[in-house]
Amino acid sequence: MTYDVAVVGAGVVGGLIARELSRFNISVALLEKCNDVAMGTTKANSAIVHGGFDAQNGTLKAELNVKGTALMPKVCEKLHVPFKNNGSLVVAFSDSEMEHIKVLFDRGIKNGVPGLSVIDRDELRRIEPNISEKAVGALLCESAGIVCPYELTIAAVENAVTNGVEFIRNCEVEAIEQGEAYTLKTTAGDITAKFVINAAGNFSDKLASMVGDNSIDLVPRKGEYYLLDKSVGNLAVHTIFQCPNEMGKGILVTPTVDGNLLIGPTAKNIEDKSDTTTTPEGLAEIVEKALKSVPIVSQRNAITSFAGVRAHPVCDDFIIGWCEKSEHFLNVAGVESPGLSAAPAIAVYVREILSEKLNLTEKSSYTETREAPVRFRHMNDEERAELIKKNSAYGRIVCRCETITEGEIIDAIKAPAGARDVDGVKRRTRAGMGRCQGGFCGSKVVEILSRELGVPMNEITKFGGESKIIYERTK
Amino acid sequence: MTNFDLAVVGGGPAGMAAALKASEEGIEKIVVLERAETLGGILEQCIHTGFGLHYFGEELSGPEYAGRFIKLLEDTNIVVKTDTMVLDIADDNTVTAVNKTDGLLKISAKAVVLAMGCRERPRGALSIAGSRGAGIMTAGTAQKYVNIDGYMPGHEVVILGSGDIGLIMARRMTLEGAKVKMVCELMPYSGGLTRNIVQCLEDFDIPLKLSTTVVATHGKERLEGVTIAKVDEKLQPIPETAEYVPCDTLMLSVGLIPENELSKNAGLTLDRITNGPKVDEYRETEHKGVFACGNVLQVHDLVDYVTEESQIAGLGAAKFIKGEKISGDCIGTNGINGVRYIVPQRINRETDTDVKLYFRVGAVYTNASIVVEANGETILSKKKKKLCPGEMEYVLIKKDVIANLPKDSVITVRVEA
Repeated sequence: MTYDVAVVGAGVVGGLIARELSRFNISVALLEKCNDVAMGTTKANSAIVHGGFDAQNGTLKAELNVKGTALMPKVCEKLHVPFKNNGSLVVAFSDSEMEHIKVLFDRGIKNGVPGLSVIDRDELRRIEPNISEKAVGALLCESAGIVCPYELTIAAVENAVTNGVEFIRNCEVEAIEQGEAYTLKTTAGDITAKFVINAAGNFSDKLASMVGDNSIDLVPRKGEYYLLDKSVGNLAVHTIFQCPNEMGKGILVTPTVDGNLLIGPTAKNIEDKSDTTTTPEGLAEIVEKALKSVPIVSQRNAITSFAGVRAHPVCDDFIIGWCEKSEHFLNVAGVESPGLSAAPAIAVYVREILSEKLNLTEKSSYTETREAPVRFRHMNDEERAELIKKNSAYGRIVCRCETITEGEIIDAIKAPAGARDVDGVKRRTRAGMGRCQGGFCGSKVVEILSRELGVPMNEITKFGGESKIIYERTK
Repeated sequence: MTNFDLAVVGGGPAGMAAALKASEEGIEKIVVLERAETLGGILEQCIHTGFGLHYFGEELSGPEYAGRFIKLLEDTNIVVKTDTMVLDIADDNTVTAVNKTDGLLKISAKAVVLAMGCRERPRGALSIAGSRGAGIMTAGTAQKYVNIDGYMPGHEVVILGSGDIGLIMARRMTLEGAKVKMVCELMPYSGGLTRNIVQCLEDFDIPLKLSTTVVATHGKERLEGVTIAKVDEKLQPIPETAEYVPCDTLMLSVGLIPENELSKNAGLTLDRITNGPKVDEYRETEHKGVFACGNVLQVHDLVDYVTEESQIAGLGAAKFIKGEKISGDCIGTNGINGVRYIVPQRINRETDTDVKLYFRVGAVYTNASIVVEANGETILSKKKKKLCPGEMEYVLIKKDVIANLPKDSVITVRVEA
């Protein structure tokens, strides 16, 4: 069959676009080169919903950031994804930084950011008790928040699939032939579509070049992070930024929606777009700079470190619009920070652009909510007892650190666009995300995946491809 | 709500020994709550021998050692619930647990024994830079894949950390046909038992690289190699010594952490060094009627000592339930000058038992003395040919010595080199 639209890339942008398009009477395929959704920049970023005062006035970035942040609570509510409106602070450590804060304030007001104010040292210490004594003031943005980017993507894609979108994983586009429709030559076979939406993240330049469009100029920029244990998750109330520089918004200290503390990112331009390695220098830099904001942060509480690669566009703005070289090819590229915040608005914006060339009529059967997944750890005794009575698989705790049941893991595998590997289960349920980092439950998750998917244990991977966890049978 | 005299959290060697001891002491209603499908704890995957030399005077495998206690349990009226996870221990000793058959369980107990064991320190805590592909796992996880599930977790292996599980896995992987390239140890000495270094490394010509660590991992999907480097006196890697070692598996044996999440939630404070609850001579925690034993209290090197300690806790719990446990003025214990910690942390002055003080030293000593003092006077002094951090030591203090110490005394134990 020929799809009306093929969305390439199942990150937060592609996922939310697919969901937006699933409202209409068109056929949509969501193609992902990895074994799961949210495998690129989406899974390794600061997880922040920005107020929208960073981007220059009049840019697409500024417009979509402010709109996206306004849409975010509603989208999260519909998809049953936790969102926390914890607010953000840009902290100044000198009078000259205080001047810069005022510049940010003015820019934010022009961008239409609600809830902005400049606060002094005393107010800052009152609302953020662990802030450095050297801080002299801050820009408070009450409209900022935190959200889990991969959980949002998983939920969006689940909802899109429920509404008829076809999710095709392990499907890397290698070439595009143009005729009456586009024929995408992929690792999962040929796929034809009348329209292509390029949401391929770091690889959107490469995808565009397949239709002769070499205009997208991206610089891969790596950011490294430390994730700290929940026992120190309350060290920061707000998302704490330092004054931004030319490489981005600097090292932040923030709680996560799951109750951990996240510190990072570094910002380093790199050659290899898939280089998500952490470095000793990077990790040292994170700690050094985070200490400037919150002096009692310690890497001793680190449970993991990771790195993500952001697609920094040389033009310094989002690149969203029809490709000049190919009529039905729509670029959604260069979506670096605040891309996550903007994503809900990007989805709407892309749909509006698409409707210029494709007739979109609303479906009668659209389901706009994703059912809330079972979260045993958040239930009280009565709810737990009731749940286990209905399905005894919820009575077996698999991940002891995060209190995740076998029932939740089975749900994650059986869900639309469900988990196929250990990391997929981890991102959907949090099994393996706690203090022991899967030391105990890792092998049990492999066992459950093997059983539910009907494949031998040694074919289960950590995250697809050659990331096999175990090899052949012992002698 | 179900009523029991004693609820034991954990059915490994510690929990089983404590439950059995309490049963022997006449406690009737005992329940053992075990999160795994079977009793035995981590012993079930320790198929090598070397267990029981002290306690049984025989060399047994892990499952054999556990099996003896499982059999003893079967002959009692102790209630065993496996596949059961304890979620909470309330102030009034009500234990909340879940499993598939009973659903949510509420158990009211007069006394509780904490015997949750320990877990392995994961990679994240080490901050090793590099890639995060498959093939990096703790030695205990690898042991489960090989010994329980029957799968090879790798073919070319580097082991970081010379803890006992790492040493045991070096031999196990070699016997299964894998190439174990080396064991790297950050410290200038091994944290494992001497016998394991001889039997698991030397006998198989596996190099033990001391003062060496892994500084980076390589390989996007599955591990392809690691970079190792020597470390200086401050344990910082020396860049010029960096060396690439191809391998598909990195096993970590870099320390064990007592699993005290339940204890912490129950409001118990943990000893800064042992990461276990603070206890008295019967292993009663600061919370009345709550006892702790085995690796949840302090990480042991031999299961035999776990059994011994857990019998003390079981006896203590039985005395508590019968209203016979002494609980009054205590004297403290303190490890100084090379002694890192002491368990128990306090002793009832009017105790009815002689007390063994267990401890570990912080470095390797040869021909040193262990000196026990209180109020400036030496209680005892004992010569040792060798002391090392990997081997737990103890000194025995007689109850009349304790009884004669004034109120608020502190017994100190130190190394005299």
